[in-house]
Amino acid sequence: MSVITFTINGEQYSAKEGDTILQVARDNNIPIPTLCYLEGLSTLGACRLCLVEIEGTPKLLPACTTKPTEGMVVKTDTDKLKRYRKMIVELLASEGNHQCAVCVMNGHCELQDLAYEVGLDHVRFPYLFPKKSLDATHKDFVMDRNRCVLCTRCVRVCHEVEAAHVWDIAGRGIDCEIIADLNQPWGTSPSCTSCGKCVNVCPTGALFEKGATIGEMEKERGFIKFIVNARKKHEWVRVAEEDE
Amino acid sequence: MKPRIATAWLGGCSGCHMSFLDLDERLIELADKIELVYSPIADIKEFPENVDVALVEGAITNNENEELAHIIRKNSRLVVAFGDCATTGNVTAMRNPFKVEDIQKRAYIELADKNPRIPDEYINIAQLLKIAKPLHEIIKVDVWLHGCPPTADQIWFAVTELLEGRIPVLPPVYLRYG
Repeated sequence: MSVITFTINGEQYSAKEGDTILQVARDNNIPIPTLCYLEGLSTLGACRLCLVEIEGTPKLLPACTTKPTEGMVVKTDTDKLKRYRKMIVELLASEGNHQCAVCVMNGHCELQDLAYEVGLDHVRFPYLFPKKSLDATHKDFVMDRNRCVLCTRCVRVCHEVEAAHVWDIAGRGIDCEIIADLNQPWGTSPSCTSCGKCVNVCPTGALFEKGATIGEMEKERGFIKFIVNARKKHEWVRVAEEDE
Repeated sequence: MKPRIATAWLGGCSGCHMSFLDLDERLIELADKIELVYSPIADIKEFPENVDVALVEGAITNNENEELAHIIRKNSRLVVAFGDCATTGNVTAMRNPFKVEDIQKRAYIELADKNPRIPDEYINIAQLLKIAKPLHEIIKVDVWLHGCPPTADQIWFAVTELLEGRIPVLPPVYLRYG
């Protein structure tokens, strides 16, 4: 297997063929913020938080889908990137209805963590306060679209890991929303197995367990990597998690 | 002369002011250092002129809030958005996806124990704006204090920094929504 040598923030790193910039950065404790990315699921490059600068390329490229090439010069923490990342979180905040104070995920939310990471003291864009729906028809879970950031982790985990493909996206642009099956109440979905994977991978309080109140919902995300490793590599024991 | 400090309660639940009172014995220290010129916990009717720092709790949700916000800005050197409602709209803005008429119908007719009636021109109360907005969408804001409510320690940090003549740059530990 060939090894690729390239630099991140002036330091040299080597990557295996097929590795992405994000994987190499994570392996070497170089922080790059992510939102739609989740280890074990397919990569999408949708949220744009992991954008990096690559010398010789005028465009900013997502670290989660970009593979390093020999001699590539990558920067992950320039002022330009910090400015854009902050702007992305501001846009996410202004396009939804995120009231942390009354959210089940308060204190455990990845959007909150991102806001702190980019130093978001206030949102400079006008809040849109969109009218979004809430679906509590499932016997165990609730989908609150007010808190959805359209990362599509639920869509991907349901399709790729559970193989049920209950969730998908309807609409265009700012009107996009996550729908169950043929845009019907979740509780009437004949394809949902009630496995709860979508609930656990959701980074915000958009998907949560019934009965959870403010700040009570905590999610377990490591199991996706475990299931995928078990399937692909036949690693049946969850060793990696404890070593980390 | 002691710095002239004001605190105002706009479209919020007063929780941020409760948290301010949670400064406990530090309030005594603060009282020696400042002159409190306007506050819901002081009986002062008009927002005064020549204020050094104004802590403003709550979103702008009605015409009274909006008018007062402009007076606060005009008369204050520094305006602090005090808490999540002032910073993001928060719970006060949860009504925004709904029409004002529908909200009033729900509050004053459907949930009324007796005498259901939507307040009209004969009852002198503030009129809800079409949507509630964070403070900085109405007036220029200089400092943001987050939290629902901000903790007493966070308020103390910001207030002491301001009294030292510095604009508080909140350390990450105090950047906290909800």
